[in-house]
Amino acid sequence: MSPITELVGGAKAYGWGNLSTSATAFESIATYTSTGSSGDIVFSSIPSNYSHLQIRGILRTNDTGSFNNQALRFNGDTASNYALHRLRGDGTNGAANATVNIGSINDFMRAPGTGVSSNIFAAAIIDILDYANTNKFKTIRVFNGVDDNGSGQIILTSGLWRNTNAITTITITPSGGTAITGSTLALYGIKAAA
Amino acid sequence: MPATYEPIATTTLGSNSTNVTFSSIPQTYTDLVVVINAYCVSATAMDIAWRANSDSANNYSGTRFMSDSSPYTDRSSNTNAGNAVAIFNDWSVTRAYFMNYSNTTTYKTALLRSDAKGYAVYSGVTMWRSTSAISSLEFIQPFGQSGQYASGSTFTLYGIKAA
Repeated sequence: MSPITELVGGAKAYGWGNLSTSATAFESIATYTSTGSSGDIVFSSIPSNYSHLQIRGILRTNDTGSFNNQALRFNGDTASNYALHRLRGDGTNGAANATVNIGSINDFMRAPGTGVSSNIFAAAIIDILDYANTNKFKTIRVFNGVDDNGSGQIILTSGLWRNTNAITTITITPSGGTAITGSTLALYGIKAAA
Repeated sequence: MPATYEPIATTTLGSNSTNVTFSSIPQTYTDLVVVINAYCVSATAMDIAWRANSDSANNYSGTRFMSDSSPYTDRSSNTNAGNAVAIFNDWSVTRAYFMNYSNTTTYKTALLRSDAKGYAVYSGVTMWRSTSAISSLEFIQPFGQSGQYASGSTFTLYGIKAA
């Protein structure tokens, strides 16, 4: 196994460098496990031989506040090429909103900070569809939730990157700069039939 | 490349039931997924409630966002089971995602989605305030409700393993 992820801040991640020709349709590519050091979460050198990508995991940061925004970018692009639409319920109010022409898919998920009880982490499933296609802009969908026994967030998000390049790098910037120990995000590849 | 998304167990109900249990869940995966294809009998609707490790104390809570014809959100706290989505008198598909279920340092979060044909769509998050690894999962009739999972309903447990 060779590392295919590059994680800023000393976090550990390892992936499979040599992909087999197995008929397995859902394969683990790399896993990020926080060591509590600050820095972005970066999956890099993503192989292009899958149809879709999925990131699954749990996240909590050292940011102040309760349910904080997290940001996602592709291929290091920081220009205003992203957009987001979202449905969100907090148990009291439901809301829908959109943000366009932004420099990341900001607020693509929410994760607890220091204002939330200990041991509580947000869960998220992020689908990145047709990520290697060079004829389409890229669309993601996110299913995210966190609950603190009396407060919480449940969020459905779609995101857009207005770029036809294949996605080779995914960067998640934790609010406050640090994903705390216990946070882990795993990248999977999903294959279509040949 | 080892398989990373594997079926662990399937239960198909031979009669109406208030309870389905997956026990002795292996600890070798990262996440668990339960796909439930069910409909409700003995009532017009029922919540899908779950418990881990037979814990019936008030250690669960949840937040949900749903829509039948208009959006609605609510939450629960200090309940004796996690419940955030529902089924009705027609076939519904529910997916429950138990994230990082085997770690022993965090409380356990489950994301749930339910599509109830002709009735509503649900999304929800439930929290089990325990750092114990999940070794069994039980889907039950919620307290105060009379619905049952109909005969023919299927519950399939999958494991997803990260590198």
